[in-house]
Amino acid sequence: MNDMTPTAAERAEKLQGMGCKRKRVEDVRFVQGKGSYVDDLKLPGMLYGDFTRSPHAHARIKRIDTSKAQQVPGVLAVLTAADLKPLSLHYMPTLAGDVAAVLAEDKVLYQNQEVAFIVAEDRYAAADAADLVEVEYEALPVLIDPLKAMAPDAPLLREDIKDKTDGAHGKRRHHNHIFTWEMGDKDAVEAAFRKADVTIKELISYQRVHPCPLETCQAVASFDKIKGELTVWGTFQAPHVIRTVASLISKIPEHKIHVIAPDIGGGFGNKVGAYPGYICAIVASIVTGRPVKWVEDRIENLTTTAFARDYHMTTEIACTRDGKVTGLRVHTVADHGAFDACADPSKWPAGFFNIVTGSYDFPVAHVAVDGVYTNKAPGGVAYRCSFRVTEAAYCIERAMDIMAQKLGMDPAEFRMKNLIRREQFPYTSALGWEYDSGDYHAALQKALEATGYKQLRREQKERQDAFRRGETRELMGIGVIFFTEIVGAGPSRNCDILGIAMFDSAEIRIHPTGSAIARLGTKSQGQGHETTYAQIIASEIGIPADAITVEEGNTDTAPYGLGTYGSRSTPVSGAATAMAARKIKAKAQMIAAHLLEVHDDDLEWDVDRFRVKGNPERFKTMTELAWAAYNSPPPGMEPGLEAVSYYDPPNMTYPFGAYVCVVDVDVDTGATKVRRFYALDDCGTRINPMIIEGQIHGGLTEAFAIAMGQEIHYDEDGNVTTGSLMDYFLPTAVETPNWETDWTTTPSPHHPIGAKGVGESPNVGGVPCFANAVIDAFKFLGTTHVAMPHDNWRTWMVADKLGLHG
Amino acid sequence: MIPGPFAYHRPASLQDAVGLLSELGEDARPLAGGHSLIPMMKLRLASPAHLIDLAGIAGLKGLREDGGEIVIGATTTQQELVTSDLVAGKLPILRETSLTIADPQVRYLGTLGGNVANGDPGNDMPAVMLALDATYEIAGKSGTRRLAARAFYQSAYVTALAPGEILTAVRIKVPPAGHGYAYEKLKRKVGDYATAAAAVVLTIGGGKVASCAIGLTNLAETPLYAEEASRIIAGSALDDATVRKAVAAAEAITAPASDGRGPAHYRTKMAGVMLARALARAKARAA
Repeated sequence: MNDMTPTAAERAEKLQGMGCKRKRVEDVRFVQGKGSYVDDLKLPGMLYGDFTRSPHAHARIKRIDTSKAQQVPGVLAVLTAADLKPLSLHYMPTLAGDVAAVLAEDKVLYQNQEVAFIVAEDRYAAADAADLVEVEYEALPVLIDPLKAMAPDAPLLREDIKDKTDGAHGKRRHHNHIFTWEMGDKDAVEAAFRKADVTIKELISYQRVHPCPLETCQAVASFDKIKGELTVWGTFQAPHVIRTVASLISKIPEHKIHVIAPDIGGGFGNKVGAYPGYICAIVASIVTGRPVKWVEDRIENLTTTAFARDYHMTTEIACTRDGKVTGLRVHTVADHGAFDACADPSKWPAGFFNIVTGSYDFPVAHVAVDGVYTNKAPGGVAYRCSFRVTEAAYCIERAMDIMAQKLGMDPAEFRMKNLIRREQFPYTSALGWEYDSGDYHAALQKALEATGYKQLRREQKERQDAFRRGETRELMGIGVIFFTEIVGAGPSRNCDILGIAMFDSAEIRIHPTGSAIARLGTKSQGQGHETTYAQIIASEIGIPADAITVEEGNTDTAPYGLGTYGSRSTPVSGAATAMAARKIKAKAQMIAAHLLEVHDDDLEWDVDRFRVKGNPERFKTMTELAWAAYNSPPPGMEPGLEAVSYYDPPNMTYPFGAYVCVVDVDVDTGATKVRRFYALDDCGTRINPMIIEGQIHGGLTEAFAIAMGQEIHYDEDGNVTTGSLMDYFLPTAVETPNWETDWTTTPSPHHPIGAKGVGESPNVGGVPCFANAVIDAFKFLGTTHVAMPHDNWRTWMVADKLGLHG
Repeated sequence: MIPGPFAYHRPASLQDAVGLLSELGEDARPLAGGHSLIPMMKLRLASPAHLIDLAGIAGLKGLREDGGEIVIGATTTQQELVTSDLVAGKLPILRETSLTIADPQVRYLGTLGGNVANGDPGNDMPAVMLALDATYEIAGKSGTRRLAARAFYQSAYVTALAPGEILTAVRIKVPPAGHGYAYEKLKRKVGDYATAAAAVVLTIGGGKVASCAIGLTNLAETPLYAEEASRIIAGSALDDATVRKAVAAAEAITAPASDGRGPAHYRTKMAGVMLARALARAKARAA
């Protein structure tokens, strides 16, 4: 080789493969306002839909009169349940095996529930008419508190299933009961608690929140009567599942349904399920023969589409006097709202809540979850966490702090003592998960050293002394947590949704000139898939990431997949991408062997080429091999260079992390200031460190919002009092703390590239870290637990109850 | 989030605006920056049949000094208050308060006149106007009149403006050089109304407070002029005991709603905390 020949390192750098901070290719259009979202779509003759919604949380519908609405100029149709019922579309199946009303028939079950759908020539006419639909209601007793849902005299909410004792997940034992889900060894836990030196018990509630993506949920449906084909553009995190479900509901054959998810402005779980707006837009398009657009406003998004959390976890830990945990018991009441529209794999009505043993070596554990109905909006989605993992992480991380406090131990030291040890991996938890890999102690140690934890504790002690002397009105809190995520749903043996196994897919076609297109079953909502999948392919087969187009979201062209949520894209589709790339590489190797006239085994891979072992000047680059694949394949070999892979993961992946937060609390106003937030994440192999950092910044900001202010709050009459961004806390850049990010790397042993997924870790770990920090500020005065959100007035109340206001 | 139908008018003179308002009656609303009215229309809490946009009226814009007073046209934006040298030099509390109102995008559109005339108890400027003892210029069909800000606010969204009248300018007597001032606002986030806020303007002479005026934001159906608390502070050395007395007097006149910002008793207590902090900061600033 001469001096002009690029070195392997130079060639690798050019590829912009894994590990490279490649700039996000999608941002070129996003930062110029050239993204193409559902509401940007304008079709000839397109109509607009809008809903008349219930002002009541629970009421019987006595009469609906649409005559005035029909008379508004520009209105084509007003649909009610009476119109949908003959088509059996007044109810739709949910992902959780329940049904949900599309348009309310006899009763409304939560405020803002859909009652009538207006179809009009423009949005203004539709909104005017929505106001003119007259509905006579008879108010009924309202059930808001899930802890009262199964009282004998609790109001009957679901008259449609009141006689149904067999639920989708076993027996229902009360008219507001949905399911009971149990796991673990109850008797062994009993025994552990009997023998325990020290126990704690606390009701740890995680308030109802909402993912609140910047773009609300929306769809355009267009039914072609001539072809009998339906096209739906929508904000779908899982377009293929929407197509299959739409086919099952509508009886339109699946090949005649085209689902397209264009650019999506954030999902966070909110866009996994199906909503009445989608169904109504489809029906309206079939009825009118014209395309129909439905777009939610912010209030509709916050008050009717899928919420998250509303988990009420009575948590007990058993422990030895010297601080070794011996048992965990959690009983949860899960508020699912008026319909069970929770987005979980079929066999997991409480998601992966049995990850609640967290990062600790609990010898025994038992968990039970009771799902109940209330007069609140349905949902129960992840909100940037894998299924119910953030509830579990909040639960165990709060409980560990409470136990440490009772033992008089430092919460970091207590965690160190109980973390699963490196040599225990693969580790089978007491509740049945096989944690694939980790080095927890090293990660926590690194976090404590990076933040100067011991010094922070000294400073806190000095502050407390100064506070007692009356020299300051500010307290200091330090939160420390360690979380284990469980993502990458999932292995078909234990994960499916409505019977559809949770594999995912990738299809890669190499063009003759050596560029490529990759299509995937997932769907980016901002995660940067167009950037990162290309990096995986670049590293695997040596063509530059810039020469690879990544396409998702069109069910006609993308291979079947289960979509993007639960941090599953990298663990599942990322794996499929690597596997498909390896098939291509294997074929390329045969072609190279033929061209170089050597045996396959005499070749070795060198960044972007196959070269002859021991004779590196004899090689064929991937670009050359692509041309040859089409134009001069070896005799007997099919031309072309493409592959598809469907990946059914052998196990989940288990990202983890150690976070430390320092807050200053103004005792007189309750205002908190996050002085420092340090996040160490281990997501295995890091595909694009810049995107990882961005994901962590975003997730931490959401965690900050949840812990410090977010709540979908209902008053006792079932009115949502936080239905707009005036009252639902969405932090701006001004409120958002500065984030310090760090990492360790423990590749997943069972994943083709060792990647574990990262998008949701910061939400999972962040929430308890903020909460622990705020509560930690008051611990020296005896406070053990305070419910979120830790907004100003609630924090002031903590201080007030402690008598700190004189 | 889609308003009902309305007609849009853009008069070029104050006379035309007043004429339109009185002609169209209660179905018409004047439109300034639109930051209160338009959201209410989108929620259909307000459905005026006619919007009379004041943006085309040149005479309603701008700041000037007139004798010992500063006169600020009603459609002067918060951003213009932030960047005005006149305000920075002579009425710095207006700059400080403007900077607590939402974000730059809002401040580029939101006007002083709209802020003080709408009667929204959450707006920040009215309490400052009470502390500064500002006078509002008001134009109606039968001519113009002046009214003290302290006599303007009647209840939530109800003011002394008669139907057909427009608030055209705010007149503020220039406080003496070296006066102390502060606007202390506790809020949940940028863009939020105050949980509680206090405006303080005072002068100090010979180690004692020579004059003091206190206004409170979002703690009752109207902005509050804390007269008793102001009286307690005047003549004192701002010692702790006097501040505590003034805080108690200010808290006593509050009647906040319980809402997402906190229960009423918390918001009352925050009125006291904001007042104490505003007094301390005003004192530190006073020459």
